[in-house]
Amino acid sequence: MITATHVSKRFGDFVALDDVSIEVATGSLTALLGPSGSGKSTLLRIIAGLERPDAGEIVLAGEAATSVPPQERGVGFVFQHYAAFKHMTVRDNIGFALKIRKRPRAEIRARVDELIELVQLRGFGHRFPAQLSGGQRQRMALARALAAEPKVLLLDEPFGALDARVRTELRTWLRRLHEETHTTTVFVTHDQEEAMEVADNVVVMNRGRVEQAASPRVLYDTPANAFVMSFVGRANRFGESWVRPHDLEVTLEPNGSTREVQIDRLVHVGHEVRAELTRDDGEPVSLQLTRDEAERLELQPGQIVYVRPVRQTVF
Amino acid sequence: MEGRRLASASAIVALPRSERAGTALSLGFVTTYLSVIVALPIAALVWAARADGLSQFWFWVSQPEAVAALKLTLAVAALVALTNAVFGTLLAWVLVRDDFRGKPLVNAVIDLPFALPTIVAGLLVLALYGPDSPVHVHAAFTRTAIYLALLFVTLPFVVRTVQPVLYELDTDMEEAARSLGAREVVVFVRIVLPSILPGILSGVAMAFARAVGEIGAITLISGDRPFHTEVASVWILNASQSGNGTGAAAVAVLLLAIAFAVLLGVGGLRFFATRHERA
Amino acid sequence: MRRLSLRFAAFGYLLVILLGPLAMLFWRIWAEGLGKAWSALIDADTVHAFKLTLEVASIAVPLNTIFGIVVGLAVVRRRFPGKGVVNAFVDLPLALSPVVVGLSLFLLFGRTGWFGPWFTAHGIQVLFALPAIVLVTVFVSVPYVAREVIPTLRELGEEQEQAAHTLGASGWQAFWRITLPSIRWAVIYGVVVTTARCLGEYGAVAVVSGSISGRTETATLRVQDYYENLDQAGAYGVALMLGLIAIVVLVLMTAFRPKDGAVR
Repeated sequence: MITATHVSKRFGDFVALDDVSIEVATGSLTALLGPSGSGKSTLLRIIAGLERPDAGEIVLAGEAATSVPPQERGVGFVFQHYAAFKHMTVRDNIGFALKIRKRPRAEIRARVDELIELVQLRGFGHRFPAQLSGGQRQRMALARALAAEPKVLLLDEPFGALDARVRTELRTWLRRLHEETHTTTVFVTHDQEEAMEVADNVVVMNRGRVEQAASPRVLYDTPANAFVMSFVGRANRFGESWVRPHDLEVTLEPNGSTREVQIDRLVHVGHEVRAELTRDDGEPVSLQLTRDEAERLELQPGQIVYVRPVRQTVF
Repeated sequence: MEGRRLASASAIVALPRSERAGTALSLGFVTTYLSVIVALPIAALVWAARADGLSQFWFWVSQPEAVAALKLTLAVAALVALTNAVFGTLLAWVLVRDDFRGKPLVNAVIDLPFALPTIVAGLLVLALYGPDSPVHVHAAFTRTAIYLALLFVTLPFVVRTVQPVLYELDTDMEEAARSLGAREVVVFVRIVLPSILPGILSGVAMAFARAVGEIGAITLISGDRPFHTEVASVWILNASQSGNGTGAAAVAVLLLAIAFAVLLGVGGLRFFATRHERA
Repeated sequence: MRRLSLRFAAFGYLLVILLGPLAMLFWRIWAEGLGKAWSALIDADTVHAFKLTLEVASIAVPLNTIFGIVVGLAVVRRRFPGKGVVNAFVDLPLALSPVVVGLSLFLLFGRTGWFGPWFTAHGIQVLFALPAIVLVTVFVSVPYVAREVIPTLRELGEEQEQAAHTLGASGWQAFWRITLPSIRWAVIYGVVVTTARCLGEYGAVAVVSGSISGRTETATLRVQDYYENLDQAGAYGVALMLGLIAIVVLVLMTAFRPKDGAVR
């Protein structure tokens, strides 16, 4: 559905994208994941037509789109800070795309009603954006983008400006929305938890390049390189190898290849216990075990224990 | 924001004596200064206008020559205001959104009408369009010349009120409109314009007031042919210099009323423009 | 493409309305000859006119600077009824015709005015003399420093002064050491604009001064004097001087423009 081939873009001396190619399947929910400066927002904006690439091609639904202006691409775009039309009501915001396409008033009214129901903003139609909460504004922005039935929905860090609880609510909500509408959706995030939780496919980016593009499971189980391994989920370095927190065996006595660690903190998260440790060489180590295991070993903060990798990955 | 407001409210309630004294002192200074410099002269003007009675006031205000001068003044000022609305916005747009070599110079030059004495401006417009015009346009001593001279002196108004608003404008909204399918013209008319309209209008109002009251740039050009190129300010000047204090005062009070109306309008505009934020 | 056409429309407008007339200043001087223009500039009455203009400005500018700072502090920092009225009167000179200003003063101090007889009785000449010229010039240049100080103070907020108070500073110390330094660029810009306004004032002075050469004629009135006496070279000579001063003012305005960011 969306293909980007060999896309490059620089801003002055800064290389935002360096020969990036990705493919997004029709009807999928894809995340562009990476730290700031990785180029993910730039790529999204190029797909939307809000930026022009220095090199490379974009194909949307089988048609070349690289030089097509954003007005004609049929994409819906949701901004991190909502970009609400401050001087228009919620209804006018949502109906904007239809209004400028000169649809009959009755049709616009019906569609806006439908969308307001969909995003659960009933009763807020005649308010102004300034009167809505952040979460409500973002739902309005989504409804607005969906109004013209775009082929593709693009979201640029859509939940970045919201507080934690609203963020988790909207994540679930976005997933459900996608299951209802099946619109090809791409969203940008720096939060790997968000990407893993919501998306079918994740494209991990770093410094203008694609590190790996795969399903969350594959990314976690078989990361392509050290960056992906440490960015997606937690990972510990043991010499040349990388070890997941739950792939460490814990013993109370040294045993051959074990390393000595001291427990700094124990965090009980539901059924699991996460331990922050400091290794004999001063490096921090992250450990994860079940509550039962932790109780069996009678782990305490300040305690010295011994760990050994059970599974490890080398690149 | 809320916390701040509450803090200052309680601070006012419990003002120490020195604070209150300070307020009284500065207020006293301000009131005295403004009264002596501004309010008293204005009061004297209004008094003089009605000194010979209301009937005299209406007499002078309805004198054919005065009426013609007022009509011309208002008509030209309106045209000047309109022209500035369009070109002032255009200039502000180009200065904020476009980039080109020499932009700081162009931006600085915009303030020239504020820096240059108006009589010099009038002299130069006369030179450009007068009898010895190098571009062979002979429009001196005509209404066109008045129009052009007023465009000179009012040039900065709309530009300077629109620039900061345009600069602060988040381009996100325009990008959102584009992504929703709006053509560039639609983006400007439906998204940009509503946001910068208060800036345009307050600039237009000040340009209008300035055009109504301008004297220095006009006085050489208009050649003050009564009923043809005589504007209200020139009429008042002539009236006062020929000893017609009452008549001059009468028409002057009208200009005063216009000035106050404009200030009221601009103040109201500011209130109206921020209503979305107070929602 | 559209970008270019907008640019050219804007430049075209500037050229016709602004730069065309400005160019005439240099064109005309060149045509009339620098010699004649120079002799006009060193003429005794012209020199007096410039001296008078500067004298008036040297009184009006400091007065309005002090006023501007005081009224700015009062309006932004203090609570009192009638703020709207104060604001209206401060802004009035921006919207009011200078001729109306001059006339008001003329009526106030004239023979039949409220103050006229008193001053005459005490032998103090106001009209057709320096006091009237100073008064109208102060009137028309009242707003400028205030209008720069007020938004700057609003943006600054009171926290710095409050911090100074908690550290033991008195009101005056806080003002001198904290407030004044933080508004100094706004004040300087305001002073530049006020000075330009004083130097360029014409209409109000025309009404109250009588334009007596060598006595009550300011530089701007001198231009008109030369022009009406058909001395083109003289008129353009004085105009050139005023124009050069204006360019200096423009440079100072650009240098001290308070709000930064992009091109304001």
